[in-house]
Amino acid sequence: MSDAPITPRGGPAPAFEVEDPLAVAARRRVRNYKLTVRAGQIGTFIVIVAGWQLLTHFKILDPFFAGSPWGILLRLADWAVHGTAYGSLWLQIWVTMEEALLGFAVGVISGVVMGVLLGEIPLLADILGPYIKMVNALPRIVLGSIFVIWLGLGLPSKVMLAAVLVFFVVFFNAFQGVRSVDRNLVANARILGASRLQVVWHVVVPSATTWIIASLHVALGFSIIGAIVGEFLGAQKGLGLVIATAQNNFDTNGVFGAMLIIGLIAVSAEGLMSIAERRLLAWRPPAATETSQAGL
Amino acid sequence: MSVSTEDGIELTGVTKRFVTPTGSTMTAIRDVNLRVGAGRFCAVVGPTGCGKSTTLTLTAGLERASAGQVRVFGKPVDGITPNAGFVFQTDALMPWKSVLDNVALGPKFRGMATRDALAEARRWLGVVGLAGFEDHYPHQLSGGMRKRVSLAAALINKPRLLLMDEPFSALDVQTRAIMTNELLRLWEQTRPSVLFVTHDLEEAISMADLVVVMTAGPATVKAVYEIDLPRPRGAVQDIRFTPRFLELYRQIWESLREEVERTYALSAAATARRAAS
Repeated sequence: MSDAPITPRGGPAPAFEVEDPLAVAARRRVRNYKLTVRAGQIGTFIVIVAGWQLLTHFKILDPFFAGSPWGILLRLADWAVHGTAYGSLWLQIWVTMEEALLGFAVGVISGVVMGVLLGEIPLLADILGPYIKMVNALPRIVLGSIFVIWLGLGLPSKVMLAAVLVFFVVFFNAFQGVRSVDRNLVANARILGASRLQVVWHVVVPSATTWIIASLHVALGFSIIGAIVGEFLGAQKGLGLVIATAQNNFDTNGVFGAMLIIGLIAVSAEGLMSIAERRLLAWRPPAATETSQAGL
Repeated sequence: MSVSTEDGIELTGVTKRFVTPTGSTMTAIRDVNLRVGAGRFCAVVGPTGCGKSTTLTLTAGLERASAGQVRVFGKPVDGITPNAGFVFQTDALMPWKSVLDNVALGPKFRGMATRDALAEARRWLGVVGLAGFEDHYPHQLSGGMRKRVSLAAALINKPRLLLMDEPFSALDVQTRAIMTNELLRLWEQTRPSVLFVTHDLEEAISMADLVVVMTAGPATVKAVYEIDLPRPRGAVQDIRFTPRFLELYRQIWESLREEVERTYALSAAATARRAAS
């Protein structure tokens, strides 16, 4: 009473020829490719930075406007040792990150809740639809000004701006995800005895998770943008304020230095997000690209 | 033939119309009368797309009849039919849950403690021959194995009524034969009433007590045949060559063929109309 050869995980694995020359060659191809990519990345970095440094050193580009890699490093070192005009550099970084993360959390949670709610209740979606589209069409920077007026120069106005930016990205994805749930799965759960809430929790939300997670990468970037722009519009601390001050002092190196910090924060956050994504979506079959990359 | 309608499925004058997105109505089934007694295995055959599946969704309570009445276990269907299990044509397993969690869903939804539900699910995976696969995800299993999981997930609630919508049509021929035997074995243990929709007449005769032939759409019951092959049937591969099976097959096919040909003629005409306009 068994179809196909059934081998439970941990059972005898099929005999595998380790020294198969084809497999060895394929592995080498993959490794060489990866090394080429890495070398290319480093090469690109060196060409850009060295070119920039040389051009400004020989005054082909005016260092006053273009800044220079060395100048940026000196500026960053100065900030790290002596602090910025608003306290230590670490405090500025922490303030901006705090705003961005809080905004991210608020935006994601509210986006998911609203997306699931409107996706599950079509009547609500039809009633609120036009208003949501209208608010979404507003340039967010205008909202930023309102938030500063309402909530002052402190943390809450930045959190709100970041949250609004994040909300719409997550909301639309969650909504679409809920709408595209496999009707068969819902029918099956209902026949198995699931209540409405159980259907939402066991079927709708997990199934929309793929969509929601896809939006989180963009949302993360938006939360940082929200925090920085909020600080630009009016703040007492934060990297956005540091950039604004550097701009007013025509300190090109300062602007680039702060940009570099923001870039590094964004890249590491993106890395953490990818790890979380792999954890959450472990159930998915491996993508076709991964197998084709093995080149076998 | 003594049929206790109190304990089976009873469709009386059932009609189902759907409103299409363009606003016109489409009649899936019309005036269907059907009785399946408790513990009987009823196969429904008919041409492709004639509305066979609609009888299942109405019986399960997923849809409401436009006219007529559906009664299950003596009660009119109103909301999801309790004590029913459903096996879909395509997999209805949650891809993000392990095999064990999938099977445990039924008891959990019905309020069983998680630990007991998991123990029960483990036992059922053993019954369908999948011990050792508890922690796999559905996509890691073959089509036949996923079907076994679906069976376990449907049977774990000990349904008195099992509804199956072309459950094996996506499987290859060998796997399908194995699954057919497997289903009969499981069915003979608990004997729920079964409504089994299929387009495969051989499959229908070899498994069922009753074979219902439906007409071309909008579908209605054309004829009901008693299958008097002895039980337990044993391997369905062997029973196909018995004289009685062949006799029944010829008889029912005669009736079914007319409908299949009519459906074909209708769809050919519709295609020609579309091409002309």
